[in-house]
Amino acid sequence: MAPFGDDLDPGLLRFSTAGSVDDGKSSLIGRLLYDAKAVPSDRIAALERIARRKGESEIDLSLLMDGLTVEREQGITIDVAYSYFATPQRKFIIADTPGHEQYTRNMVTGASTADAAIILVDALRGITTQTRRHLYLSHLLGVPHLVIAVNKMDLVDFSEAAFDALGQSIGDFARAIGAANHYLVPISAKFGDNVVHGSARMPWYAGKPLLALLETLPPAIVARHAPFRMPVQLVRRVSLPGGEQTRHYLGRLESGRIKAGDEIAVMPAGNLTRVRSVSVFEGPIERAEAGRSVAIEVQDDLDIARGDVFSAPLLPPRTDDHFAATICWFSDEPFDGRGRYVIKCGTRSVAARLAEIEHRVDMATLATEPKPEMLKCNDIARVRIELAEKMAFDAYGDNRAMGAFIVIDADTNATVAAGMIARAGGDAAPDALNYDVGL
Amino acid sequence: MDSSDLPPPPGFDPASPALPPARHLDNLESEAIYILRETAAEFSNPVLLFSGGKDSTILLRLAEKAFRPGKFPFPLLHVDTGQNFPEVIAFRDHIAAQLGERLIVRMVQDSIDRGRIRLKSKDQSRNALQSVTLLDAIAEFEFDACIGGARRDEEKARAKERIFSFRNSFGQWDPRHQRPELWSLYNGRLDKGEHMRVFPLSNWTEIDVWRYIQREKLALPPLYYAHERPVAVRGSMLLPISEFVPLRENEEIETRVVRFRTVGDISCTSPVESNAATVEDVIAETLIASLSERGATRLDDQASEASMEERKRAGYF
Repeated sequence: MAPFGDDLDPGLLRFSTAGSVDDGKSSLIGRLLYDAKAVPSDRIAALERIARRKGESEIDLSLLMDGLTVEREQGITIDVAYSYFATPQRKFIIADTPGHEQYTRNMVTGASTADAAIILVDALRGITTQTRRHLYLSHLLGVPHLVIAVNKMDLVDFSEAAFDALGQSIGDFARAIGAANHYLVPISAKFGDNVVHGSARMPWYAGKPLLALLETLPPAIVARHAPFRMPVQLVRRVSLPGGEQTRHYLGRLESGRIKAGDEIAVMPAGNLTRVRSVSVFEGPIERAEAGRSVAIEVQDDLDIARGDVFSAPLLPPRTDDHFAATICWFSDEPFDGRGRYVIKCGTRSVAARLAEIEHRVDMATLATEPKPEMLKCNDIARVRIELAEKMAFDAYGDNRAMGAFIVIDADTNATVAAGMIARAGGDAAPDALNYDVGL
Repeated sequence: MDSSDLPPPPGFDPASPALPPARHLDNLESEAIYILRETAAEFSNPVLLFSGGKDSTILLRLAEKAFRPGKFPFPLLHVDTGQNFPEVIAFRDHIAAQLGERLIVRMVQDSIDRGRIRLKSKDQSRNALQSVTLLDAIAEFEFDACIGGARRDEEKARAKERIFSFRNSFGQWDPRHQRPELWSLYNGRLDKGEHMRVFPLSNWTEIDVWRYIQREKLALPPLYYAHERPVAVRGSMLLPISEFVPLRENEEIETRVVRFRTVGDISCTSPVESNAATVEDVIAETLIASLSERGATRLDDQASEASMEERKRAGYF
């Protein structure tokens, strides 16, 4: 690992990589780590052993990432692999995600927590349906920065015209889905052009190499300026030194701030109370802000349980027993409206019915197909969901933690879909996303 | 009143890509606390695996942060190969007593005596055999979640693992069919006989671990710091001298100043030469280390490219 200054804690950037099979994702990450000198010498030695065994002269950098035996055998990525490296500027968490359509669920797993998505495009093959799907999903998930890396520039003689033509069609698609802001970088993962080092063979490219770009992207700021939300994870009865009993409501602030004395609304019931104390292990604290895990005491004796949400009383979340959402269906079992489901949103799990499929989005054309009979694996659709009881939530575009949910099959316990709640009365168009990116 | 109207804190500059110092450790800590609390909420009978090593020692501090002033909502479990460093076992017992939490110990030797494990040879490393004893303990106590200190940066099969990682009724991991895990929405639903492995330190790296140990002033077994120790040299590795590590012919015992980067079963943990006697020294050394943590110190992972994955599929941590 490259050392960085001992007292410095450089900002963290989480990024995911996506793209079609064989576009070279694992090679790119391998190249990035190798050229950034972030690969331990024993792992390089292991790659050299493999190259010798196969009689190859160069080590295969893609093997740094593909961790499962089946992945190495087939030369593909099945599931997300996380890796960690640092440069003097920044710490990085990479989620290397699979390209196969079959494993799209694993791609969104990696992208759901990313600050930036690198989407690879093969310079020779151009954009594919899977490239579009990854761009669309990354945008839908609200990944703040989209970076399109046009790989294998060596196969098109590092041609500016080829790069411009591809950039044009990518730009057209990105504008159509509302992702107007994106970066385009021409690279060769195989030879290292514009990955860590610049490229003498592409003097026409005026932008930064990929790593320099990643080092300077502004981080997404935790939603600390959004209205206060803390989903209650656990309620614990605590004995104080004097023998008095109290209740601690444990949870993480997903947005906003809180301090002792603040009035809060307990949603979905809507009861008002005041915060008596905010504390952590070390003791009471004056105030807490988004991202912090705390224990809260309130002044009134209310019925508060896991799944309730402490909220800013003047800007509370919506409470309802139904909502519209965009979902990505993950299960090999098609969705046909029968099945019993549970959704988990924040810390609340509630029985749910997928009442109606409003439309499905065709990834190749972006056309919407109204009211399809069923959803197949990897379909993206706008649906209406009915809940067994009222729940507190926000639109995903306003508050990620309060608007994201997973759908669990109540019979098999499998996670069969992920969804993003739409604004009331609005549509789930991704251009409505409103992320707090520190620009 | 709405607390979101407050101005940003002093020193906060949205234009600067660098976050305030220590923010990174705060975020890792908060995420781990969140995961521990989700585990307590979603499972009826979780357990925390505590070996006396540095990662599980951090887990205990995080459990204190998640649940004090209450008791932990789970006991501690150690699967003891019977070939652990005595100072680590002493540390384990000391810490459990100091915390006032229940420690369950299950011995690999008992599994051998009961015929659950048949050794191929007397000198066989017991590291991989722990899985059988662990799964037996899970069945004995009907644990439905095991919290462990594994990190994704340790090894590439681990790099693939979810934070809530499902195990079927045979205790097996099926890496091709993991549950999608988006945002911080963890699916903890199980049928009887199945269980979850939970990894709150998934996103921590070795340097994060040491910086946290420094920040929290956590005590560790002394062998994590430089000390004189009789060792033998085998290839690029040093072997600790012990009745559990049979020497080969022409291997000689010599005394070197060493420390351990990972501490596990004696038969498969080897020290590195180091003068790092304090946590600050270790941090400085870790920042310039070029060998990965397990590669430098684990005799068993080198056997094949896939050895960790094979053990994990069979139920290993």
